[in-house]
Amino acid sequence: MTADASHGEAPPEFVQLLTPEGERVQHPDYDIDLTPEEIRGLYRDLVLVRRVDLEAVALQRQGELGIWASLLGQEAAQIGSGRALTEADMAFPTYREHGVAWCRGVDPVNLLGLFRGVNHGGWDPAEHNFHLYTIVIGSQTLHAVGYAMGIQRDGADAATIVYFGDGATSQGDVNESFIWASVFNAPVVFFCQNNQWAISEPLEKQSRIPLYRRASGFGFPGVRVDGNDVFACLAVTRKALADARSGQGPMLIEAFTYRMGAHTTSDDPTRYRVAAELEAWKLKDPIERVRSYMFKNQIADQEFFDAIDAEADDLGRDVRKRCLALPDPEPLAIFDHVYAEPHRLMDEERAQFGAYLEGFEG
Amino acid sequence: MKEFKLPDVGEGLTEAEIVRWHVKVGDLVKVNQIIVEIETAKAVVELPCPFEGVVAALMADEGETVDVGRPIISVDDGTDAGPGPVSGVSGSDSERGAALNDDMVPSLPKEERQPVLVGYGVKMGTAKRRPRKPSPTGSAEPPARPSTEPSGEPSARSYAEPVARPSAEPVARPSAEPPTRSSAWKSEPVLTGTEAAVETIASPGRGAILAKPPVRKLARDLGVDLTALTGTGPQGSITRDDVHSAIDAPPAPATARAVRAGADEERIPVKGVRKATAQAMVTSAFTAPHVTEFLQVDVTETMDAVRRLRQLPDFAEVKVSPLLLVAKAVLVAARRYPMINAAWDEAAQEIVVKHYVNLGIAAATPRGLLVPNVKDAHALSLPDLARALGALAETARAGRTQPAEMAGGTITITNVGVFGVDAGTPILNPGESAILAFGQVRDMPWVVDGQIVPRKVCTLALSFDHRVVDGELGSLFLRDIGAMLQDPLRMLAWG
Repeated sequence: MTADASHGEAPPEFVQLLTPEGERVQHPDYDIDLTPEEIRGLYRDLVLVRRVDLEAVALQRQGELGIWASLLGQEAAQIGSGRALTEADMAFPTYREHGVAWCRGVDPVNLLGLFRGVNHGGWDPAEHNFHLYTIVIGSQTLHAVGYAMGIQRDGADAATIVYFGDGATSQGDVNESFIWASVFNAPVVFFCQNNQWAISEPLEKQSRIPLYRRASGFGFPGVRVDGNDVFACLAVTRKALADARSGQGPMLIEAFTYRMGAHTTSDDPTRYRVAAELEAWKLKDPIERVRSYMFKNQIADQEFFDAIDAEADDLGRDVRKRCLALPDPEPLAIFDHVYAEPHRLMDEERAQFGAYLEGFEG
Repeated sequence: MKEFKLPDVGEGLTEAEIVRWHVKVGDLVKVNQIIVEIETAKAVVELPCPFEGVVAALMADEGETVDVGRPIISVDDGTDAGPGPVSGVSGSDSERGAALNDDMVPSLPKEERQPVLVGYGVKMGTAKRRPRKPSPTGSAEPPARPSTEPSGEPSARSYAEPVARPSAEPVARPSAEPPTRSSAWKSEPVLTGTEAAVETIASPGRGAILAKPPVRKLARDLGVDLTALTGTGPQGSITRDDVHSAIDAPPAPATARAVRAGADEERIPVKGVRKATAQAMVTSAFTAPHVTEFLQVDVTETMDAVRRLRQLPDFAEVKVSPLLLVAKAVLVAARRYPMINAAWDEAAQEIVVKHYVNLGIAAATPRGLLVPNVKDAHALSLPDLARALGALAETARAGRTQPAEMAGGTITITNVGVFGVDAGTPILNPGESAILAFGQVRDMPWVVDGQIVPRKVCTLALSFDHRVVDGELGSLFLRDIGAMLQDPLRMLAWG
């Protein structure tokens, strides 16, 4: 077992531009020049998605959502990579990419609707270039590679990015997608958020080598980035997407981060991981380091931070209110999108189900 | 006034225990303020309040197990309307979900629900169904048997059996549409919604027969009449087991069957610590071949040593019990025979000999059996060991034992003597190779130098994993512990 596969060890190949203490550092291959306005924007994104996430956890605890997969701790990986996307790029998420959804302009209430069981996603993937959440582990990597091959054949100036976790790297689908992407030189960025835990399975039980090094076996570059550093995630993802768009093929980014919460609200992480590990990662919080950097460099003052906090609370209240007001779906709507075009069997089944529903009193 | 109903916080849970209230009547609460801690089969979780206002009533006590959907707190938010429909998923939606699951989850091996990490378990909640409109003929009679019934069908069919069957024609389809996919109708018994509905109202006299489609098929295959069965599943639905037992059991006289069906039995759900304990015990008992040996020991000298230790200033602040000296004896003996403090690694086909001792102490707690261990007990001085044992017992009794404190044990002592029994055959804590049961100490006639004299005597029982520990080694280990308790000076000599 190599040292850098164990929990919390910062490996030597780690791309980092902002330390946990908020110090700006340089990297020879990846750098980024951000305006104060852009930095304030990133900070706002981080705080707001965390607030939405907290509200969703609370709503689940109050019986308003069936389940919720919290992104707590992974905000920087998601906002950094999400803000690297251009409008034409296409993103394929898992079920935890609330931060990327935010960057793609998806209304958070739509995410909540899925977990409340009143919609199947509720947003139009084509409108946002953000695919529906995928619950099956890793299958979206195949969709993303297929989509990327389509981009390639269209000659479009775009790339795809696909999100998955450390656990998904053990899936056949993910490995198959690596092979296809490599062989066809597809414009796809594999963005793996290594949050150290595949539900209760630690990373060292899943891989003998750091995940980013797997890429070399498939024939494309891999890089590990500090997943709690929004600057580094933005810089590395931007570069990877630009390479993909310019015909240089796929790349694997391993964002080294930590799932601060439970796998989902149905899980109790205290049963399988020790509190000391959580405490160590708290010190690497993705938001605190940006805040500290902004303070030190006079990019923002207390007034700014207070205003963002107030905005976050308003957003939380708004999301709660609109979530509770989500209407129950029309029962017959389940037939609407089974086929893209009118379909005789669907019409028949719709009519039968309608007649069945008509059979009830009241 | 608003009421907060206990939500299903973990996908398919039916109940939770109230562990601790964080608020009391009269407190001001805000939205998302933590109000209560609950323990489910999966986890201890904190529930945030969905309302802002003043706590009007706590409707469940700490320690009480509450069904999902029951109101647990009411909050005066200034509105005087009755309890509003505040619960989304746990309310009507989940009921609808329950109805769907009951109908549509395919055959599950057991009706007991299993807690799951992901995905929905089987719902056992109350499914409410809206009443159906009267049948189109306006008659409450069961629908007439379809005249097209093939003559080969058994004549004794009950109305409760599914109407659809692999027949040549789409029988009993009230809708007049012609079957457009006749081949499918021929080959597959398809229940459309209308047919299913006809079926549930078709049982004369006793309301709907509830059974999932796979259970109905099983009954049909086995020739069991569902109307003759009493369901034991949710809402009295008939389960696979009900169908099987209808065939297995010869039709006993009704009186015999009804003897113990009533109020003098209590059914306790297996969950939480009980469930974990049961699994650990079964795993251990069926993976490690257990051998248990017994030894009666005269512990008069040990009891005297305990009394004298208590008077030493070093032990003024700590509890000195016979268990302390038993623990010390186990530590000394484990050092003499390291193989006893080992683990069988099936996967690696290796025996892992531990050169440290994490000494487990089985503790009866309000939450059930827990086996926390004293880490690196071999390196502790006697006062430190006494302190560690005391702290461990106190934590366990307070219910605050953390998973980490129970992990990594290497050998265990179970103090069955505190319950007033002499001996037992203890089951190994999984991952360990030996466990010592320490029986009660009592006055017994004992032969000393040819004379029968009253002495303090106790029984030691040692179970060991026979894959790791041979009979000889186990016997030597037990004999040495006995010798040390008979004459505590030996602890010094061997320690």
